[in-house]
Amino acid sequence: MKKVFLFGLLATLTMLPLFGCGNAYENGEVYVYNWGEYIDPDVIEMFEKDCKIKVIYDEYETNEMMYPKVEAGAVEYDVVCPSDYMIKKMIDNDMLAELNWANIPESKNIGAQYFETSEEFDPGNKYSVPYCWGTVGILYNKSMVDEPITKWEQLWDPKYKNQILMQNSVRDAFMVALKLNGYSMNSTNIDELQTAKKSLLEQKPLVQAYVVDQVRDKMIGNEAAIGVIYSGEAIYTQRENDNLVYVIPEEGTNVWIDSWVILKNSKNKENAEKFINYMCKPEIALKNFDFITYSTPNDAARALIEDEDIRNSEIAFPDLSKYNNLETYVYLGEDGDELYNSLWKEVKSE
Amino acid sequence: MKNKFFKWLSLPYIIWSVGFIIIPLIMVFYFGLTNKNGSFTFSNITSIALPVHFKSLLIALLLSLISTIICLLLSYPLAMILSNMKSGNNKLMILVFVLPMWMNFLLRTLAWQTLLENEGVINTIFRFVHLPALKIINTPYAIVFGMIYNFLPFMVLPIYNVLCKIDKNLLNAARDLGANEVQTFLKVTLPLSVPGIISGITMVFIPALTTFVISDLLGGSKILLIGNVIEQEFTLNSNWHLGSGLSIVLMLFIVISMIISVIFDKDGEGSAL
Repeated sequence: MKKVFLFGLLATLTMLPLFGCGNAYENGEVYVYNWGEYIDPDVIEMFEKDCKIKVIYDEYETNEMMYPKVEAGAVEYDVVCPSDYMIKKMIDNDMLAELNWANIPESKNIGAQYFETSEEFDPGNKYSVPYCWGTVGILYNKSMVDEPITKWEQLWDPKYKNQILMQNSVRDAFMVALKLNGYSMNSTNIDELQTAKKSLLEQKPLVQAYVVDQVRDKMIGNEAAIGVIYSGEAIYTQRENDNLVYVIPEEGTNVWIDSWVILKNSKNKENAEKFINYMCKPEIALKNFDFITYSTPNDAARALIEDEDIRNSEIAFPDLSKYNNLETYVYLGEDGDELYNSLWKEVKSE
Repeated sequence: MKNKFFKWLSLPYIIWSVGFIIIPLIMVFYFGLTNKNGSFTFSNITSIALPVHFKSLLIALLLSLISTIICLLLSYPLAMILSNMKSGNNKLMILVFVLPMWMNFLLRTLAWQTLLENEGVINTIFRFVHLPALKIINTPYAIVFGMIYNFLPFMVLPIYNVLCKIDKNLLNAARDLGANEVQTFLKVTLPLSVPGIISGITMVFIPALTTFVISDLLGGSKILLIGNVIEQEFTLNSNWHLGSGLSIVLMLFIVISMIISVIFDKDGEGSAL
């Protein structure tokens, strides 16, 4: 009798989730592939609850790591959040699906100028919805340097030996070196790139480490004096360590947009559009902004920011018209990619 | 009847090895011997001679060799101490050594990053007691340290196993015949433990040679080992052909070290008789 009871209990327990969740996600699922720590986890739960769609969520560290995985199609992702030049590459390789803007009405909250910038990599705004944007700059610890840092050139100053954190991603690393030498960050001129490579090699003995997401924690922990970082991390790191200062270097830098796109082989396109639409809602965009502190292109959300200092922050929302040497990354084609990658490998292996 | 049943028992392993060993190996060879257009080429394999790749292979060989030797020097006395302990005590000691392996390898290495950092736990303590700071993070020393830490148990356990199996009567006989402690060790214990040493060396050397996580986390991505080159070909440059070609070269080294271990194992057994 006891056995029968136990068996019954076991059977009920195993069946329970079937009944429970079967109703919760009646609208199916959506596979999302996003940058690490690039969304408020609560937002995913809220979306699941509101839209009754299960979110399967994965993260990547760089555009270059995301691309081969999506290309190989091991997991059939629906929504991905690449940067500008990578979106161009994906469009060129016919990997993206055209959006049905009627299903994304909340995109009206995104500022018009961001769609204008998007035209550079997504002509006609067919494929992408801006999610975050920002600049690449220098974060430095004012208690560890004796002068304000304002230029990339100072990252080559021997007195900061072992105090410099460089970005471990090929485009960002070369951007710094190309700008230092006064070239375009989209250069494919072999002489210019060789000069940039030489600069990177000269800098290598001074560099403490090449890192991506770890810059943030290392800078907060006083591990290094100077780091190359995305502007979105500046507000967060300053909150944790008030000695940190973010600057846009004088030589100019990269301004980027990360946008939601839907993959061509997506099996849940409607759900994917619902997901993107949900992300464009002002209160959701605000919640994400509070959590990840990356500048939101969502004007309605920006208007909702209560703290005036942040709403008008020069770091989060710089007035780009003040700078004349900012550039967006352009997709360089397969040959260009290969050239950059092989030069970067030479820098790293030296 | 019984035989047939046992045959069926091996089925899951056959499926496993075909699906996860043989097919992937075939794919590695296919990618390694073709180029992007799918035509046959050796260029992926010969590209190991390029200075970029060759240098990373040399550094990987050097660092893994150093850590294997240090592991051996640390493990042998330890294994001897453990094998001479009373059975209750040594079980506890073995547990102490195996315990960290229950934790994820990545987490343990990440923990060492925080411990070794310039402003990390160890240096904070050092500074507190006015010792000079330990500056090894992001250097080859930290990579070697990480390799030794992670792979030490793989050296200790096989040597310990072999030492435990040595018949104590052999040692007594050696003493009876007038050998002193050193002679007994050199003429009896050491030759008998060669199979354990060799399998320990293979189990440390191969994972150390192929690692890319340790060099990334503890070396600050400043030192490129051959494992890092291969990993980056797959994850960053999406050049699976070159990655596979270099993997084949690395496989060659693994096969060589396995052949060596087979040869020595025979010798070990020979001297045991």
